[in-house]
Amino acid sequence: MAILIDKETKVLVMGITGRIGSFHAQDMINHGTNVVGGVTPGKGGTTHHGLPVFNTVKGAVAETGATLAICFVPPPFAADAIMEAADAGIKTCVCIADGIPAQDMIRVKRYMRRYKSENRMRLIGPNCAGIITPGQAFAGLMPPHIYQPGRIGIIGRSGTLGYEAASQMKDKGIGVSSSIGIGGDPINGSSFRDILELFENDPDTDAVVLVGEIGGPQEAEAAEYIRDHMKKPVAAYIAGLSAPKGRRMGHAGAIVSAFGESAQEKVEILKEAGVTIVPTPSSFGEVVEKMIA
Amino acid sequence: MDIHEYQAKELLTKFGVNVPRGGIAYSPEQAVYRAQELSGDKCVVKAQIHSGARGKAGGVRVCSSDDEIADAASWMLGRKLVTHQTGPQGKLVNRLYVEEATDIAQELYLGFVMDRTEERVVVVASAQGGMEIEDISANEPDSIIRSVVDPAVGMQAFQAREIAFSLGLDAALIPQAVKAITGCYRAMDELDATMVEVNPMVVTGSGEIVALDAKLSFDENALFRRPEISELRDKSQEDQRETYANDRGLNYIGLEGKIGCIVNGAGLAMATLDMIKMAGGEPANFLDVGGGASPERVLMSFKAVLNDPNVEAILVNIFAGINRCDWIAEGVVRAVQELNLKMPLVVRLSGTNVEEGQKILNESGLSITTANTLAEAAEKVVSQWKTAEAKEMETA
Repeated sequence: MAILIDKETKVLVMGITGRIGSFHAQDMINHGTNVVGGVTPGKGGTTHHGLPVFNTVKGAVAETGATLAICFVPPPFAADAIMEAADAGIKTCVCIADGIPAQDMIRVKRYMRRYKSENRMRLIGPNCAGIITPGQAFAGLMPPHIYQPGRIGIIGRSGTLGYEAASQMKDKGIGVSSSIGIGGDPINGSSFRDILELFENDPDTDAVVLVGEIGGPQEAEAAEYIRDHMKKPVAAYIAGLSAPKGRRMGHAGAIVSAFGESAQEKVEILKEAGVTIVPTPSSFGEVVEKMIA
Repeated sequence: MDIHEYQAKELLTKFGVNVPRGGIAYSPEQAVYRAQELSGDKCVVKAQIHSGARGKAGGVRVCSSDDEIADAASWMLGRKLVTHQTGPQGKLVNRLYVEEATDIAQELYLGFVMDRTEERVVVVASAQGGMEIEDISANEPDSIIRSVVDPAVGMQAFQAREIAFSLGLDAALIPQAVKAITGCYRAMDELDATMVEVNPMVVTGSGEIVALDAKLSFDENALFRRPEISELRDKSQEDQRETYANDRGLNYIGLEGKIGCIVNGAGLAMATLDMIKMAGGEPANFLDVGGGASPERVLMSFKAVLNDPNVEAILVNIFAGINRCDWIAEGVVRAVQELNLKMPLVVRLSGTNVEEGQKILNESGLSITTANTLAEAAEKVVSQWKTAEAKEMETA
């Protein structure tokens, strides 16, 4: 099934009656995603896009059996919504919100540890473009037509750079098993390492493309995992070679504040772990083509 | 968001952290008056800019007479101080803090950061205060004490005690140190700070623990619930290009080069800057127009980019997911017409409604160069910029 989402996955849209949630819920439905309902506190009992709306995630899970929630709740209230999903037994929650306070995310991560690992929700994002298994289903903001179904996994912090990779691969006739946006925040749900592990164990994925950027320890952590545990080939691009130190480059997490966090250093660390480096954001297509040849 | 030292100290005192007495001054006369209010033999005149290492740049002066205070104040006020944190353009001093001189027996380092590996607040302390934490890590790594705070319960007194004892403080000082350390943590937690740094925290000759310098940074994503912190913003300390753009809701960062950039998505924007550099150019800015950008927003982005007088060429790079290439193209055409744009302009559109977008650009009759890939776009804008610059050199 590739990873995290397929055409059978029952998807719940949190914030379905809001302008943005409503728009993307319709887009997901149009592309075959099995959206089973939505949640907007106070609008329970109504319908939206012909789907039932619930007051609480717990209520929605009980009625629909949803296992994946995509959260369009605005940043000030998003942490609360993520914790609600975790408590309601959702398996995977994709959070889109850009601008959640860092302290809220610290609390969310702490809260999620209340649950035993086998019952713990997997959080994707926040500040991400979502997840897609091309040809089957998606939960996010991406334009599905740029992805060709196939056998290469993509993991990226940036949404648009992930599109760039998928579209260059499509031009070369290379398809994608699943593409996962982990988001640009300094404290996020799933790391590169977490998703690499899923791809390594996924029989429908042959190789992985990692799209990283300056700031934070997650690319180095991924390099260690690739070196010690991965059999599948990995290609990586790191954005921000020209970014000045100490400046926050758009993403809250894209800031070089410690040793090993610059693009040059991350490229070196990944190279040493045996990763194929994509030298420019224009060469995803050719590098991946060569790597899997 | 950064604030000034005096503001940081004022906030910390509310959380039980001791600081030397002092007052703010906007003129040499006020500085002298403040010193008289403090009534000691000596005082310290400190330039208030959003940067550390002010001492080396002449921004901290110990004075023992009214004349010295007035001299120091007139030298500092209106001057741009350059430190390794300000960049070559420096930061303007428009206010001073006049503080009583402190009798220093020992200097400590105390910092609170959001650690991305732990995903928690980590306290970093060292008995080697006074130098920057980077230098402490490099030269005295064994002196560094780290303590991780569990967000479910916050910092506990035992953790502060452990830190205080590890710093080698005298038993009699421990209660004071615990109060200061837990006070800083509460400030960080309750004000949504991303960093609290007290360097140095000093033990005085009379056995008091005071914060001699203090730096607080705040989470901009949390300002919606911290209006009292927003009030402390000092726009004079920001890059004016950034203030202009950020006040208009644009995600913009000013850089040193000559090629202006308008891109959607932070990652793609960073990658675009990298490509310009690889093609032999220097980017003038980072700008993420965001998702669902209207023609008005694109026009606004052009205004923000052109607000930088160094810009000599512009690259627009859009991979539209939730954006629409036709809206972007419409905005580009309006910008060229309304702003009477004469400099080289390269536009690369991809994704949603790309054909409609291309059509709008082609039928506009304007001199807009289009490109299909990111590499092509970067090469074209750099070569056109170089040609234009060479031409200008000739005419000059």
